[in-house]
Amino acid sequence: MESELKVPTMAELSAAGQQPEVLFWVGCAGSFDDRAKRITKAFVKILNRAKVSFAVLGTEESCSGDPAKRAGNEFLFQMQAVSNIEVLNAYEIKKVVTACPHCFNTMRNEYPDLGGKYEVMHHTQFLGQLVEEGKITLEGGKFKGKRITYHDPCYLGRANNVYEAPRDLIKKLDAELVEMKNCKKKGLCCGAGGAQMFKEPERGDKDVNIERTEQALETKPDIIAAACPFCNTMMTDGIKNKEKEAIITVQDIAELIANAEEL
Amino acid sequence: MQYLPNILFVAALMAGIGFFIRNVKKLARNIKLGKKVDVTDNTSIRWRNMFKIALGQTKMVVRPISGLLHIIVYLGFIIINIEVLEIIIDGILGTHRVFSPLGSAYNFLIASFEIFALLVIIAVIIFWVRRNLIRLGRFIKPEMKGWPKTDANWILYIELILMVLFLTMNGADYQLQQMDATHYTKAGAFPISQFLAPFFNGMSIPSLILVERSAWWLHILGILFFLNYLYYSKHLHILLAFPNTYFGKLGPKGKFNNLESVTREVRLMMDPSADPYTATPEAENGEEVSKFGASDVKDLTWVQLLNAYTCTECGRCTNECPANQTGKKLSPRKIMMDTRDRLEEVGNNLDINKGIFKDDGKQLLDDYITREELWACTSCNACVEACPVSIDPLSIIMDMRQYLVMEQSAAPSELNNMMGNIENNGAPWPFNQMDRLNWAKEN
Repeated sequence: MESELKVPTMAELSAAGQQPEVLFWVGCAGSFDDRAKRITKAFVKILNRAKVSFAVLGTEESCSGDPAKRAGNEFLFQMQAVSNIEVLNAYEIKKVVTACPHCFNTMRNEYPDLGGKYEVMHHTQFLGQLVEEGKITLEGGKFKGKRITYHDPCYLGRANNVYEAPRDLIKKLDAELVEMKNCKKKGLCCGAGGAQMFKEPERGDKDVNIERTEQALETKPDIIAAACPFCNTMMTDGIKNKEKEAIITVQDIAELIANAEEL
Repeated sequence: MQYLPNILFVAALMAGIGFFIRNVKKLARNIKLGKKVDVTDNTSIRWRNMFKIALGQTKMVVRPISGLLHIIVYLGFIIINIEVLEIIIDGILGTHRVFSPLGSAYNFLIASFEIFALLVIIAVIIFWVRRNLIRLGRFIKPEMKGWPKTDANWILYIELILMVLFLTMNGADYQLQQMDATHYTKAGAFPISQFLAPFFNGMSIPSLILVERSAWWLHILGILFFLNYLYYSKHLHILLAFPNTYFGKLGPKGKFNNLESVTREVRLMMDPSADPYTATPEAENGEEVSKFGASDVKDLTWVQLLNAYTCTECGRCTNECPANQTGKKLSPRKIMMDTRDRLEEVGNNLDINKGIFKDDGKQLLDDYITREELWACTSCNACVEACPVSIDPLSIIMDMRQYLVMEQSAAPSELNNMMGNIENNGAPWPFNQMDRLNWAKEN
């Protein structure tokens, strides 16, 4: 039932004199990483199904600057931020939704001082709103009785206090939400933040993603739900390391919903 | 001669308070070595944070056992201070139990001080056991060796001794009251110290007076000593937790400040009509052009330095840190301890050299905090969340990374690759920006 994705770009809409309600900020992982692209597509399928008026920047999008800033390169971060803001402001963007908590945090908290003032939503918040407005209805049949544990991305949870939006969606899927011993405010990092994604970890006893995967496995889950493309990669690697990939999958909340709706 | 005790008391009190003022001045001078930062905003939220977090101990009880024990010691400290007020007035005027005319209210006060004194003794013993016998992980990390461990135990011993002296003083006083000794008016209720009676059995009035006076003097001298011990100890938190929670970070934890000096340069680069030859704002203000990020304590803000003095080395941050949990060298608590140690070193340098800093060839980076520690951070904010007094170790780590990257170009090579990619093709990986929408056409 693979129907073709409708992905309008800002350039196209603008040429046609149209303005979308919301800009979908795809992010670098969502654009280039093979695993994260599946999340992007799942989210777009839901947007198409709910007939949301949206657009992407496409080739006009560039890195939000988050990894540069967390690595200490404030200069590169601000160069990225200012040029992104120029593009966004030129298109008179008011509302942004993204599936990446790092882009979400940076655009929500660090762009305003540089002249980029938008309503920025994480895709789990946006999906929650679609459910509330009745634009998508979640029939949880497929996940009934499945044990799902949710891993809090640091940049969504502690950094921005978004703990319930993703959990509410999981509960609506009729799944059994099981919490890890470290969750919400005390959630343990996957190990990717602060630009760690792009380097080898320092010497230690074990990798952070293994520690977190062990916590997830303690809950005996069928699915580990993620809400960040980098967490997704780290947890998927952890599951492979533990040789559990045959019985446990790591899925983004958007994928769970797209799956439930058989999109 | 009859005024000798009063004179001695006033002299001890003035010496104690004098030294304390000297220490506070030094503390303020050291904190002011930090960069200016505007924290005059949102005063009502700041007051609320102080009342909730410092006064109300809301973050202490996240860990119920240590939280409850801490509240006992904290309440004991605050409540027993009312008794210290009476002791000071008695000492100056040569009176005895000057508040006793309060009658039944006085009995209630003394009784509650006694109950708290006993609870504090119990709590302090449990704290000591946790540190020295159970040896909880966070108390035996590498940065806790030596002085930090000694300091922690000394605080417990001093508190224990002060409480025992307080109860001994009351116990002897109670006996003297029973024996109708002159000067010892019948006042106060002694629900705890009355059980000390067996120790005083058969003692004459003069020996009881000797015990009571000794305990009274040692108690107040001990308090004056403890007051001056604070500056050299992690125990400084009993004072600084209040300003620190007031000046603590507001808003989302994920928001890192944008460097204004960088913003000016970026604007200049992005604005085609800007004249690069006009004077920069720094030059106009006659200020020194600041370096990017932090390599020493003077590059940090005064709030970050206040953070360092406030840290009581409880280790909740380090305990929650994903890097530390997986055996990396990074410990957020060590970041704070190192910052304080270096700041003290700079302060001592100023003392020795009459207020002018003499270069000692050292800095916070490398001499205290290693690069390996800084690069192990995932910026997950677990340490910031865990701190019961609103300390932000992450901000120091980030400022030091900025120095490494923007002043020294000393990022790990993989990160240089990542940043090179962002510069060249707008993504942390080497993909062409023109391929950004390819996913939409792939199946």
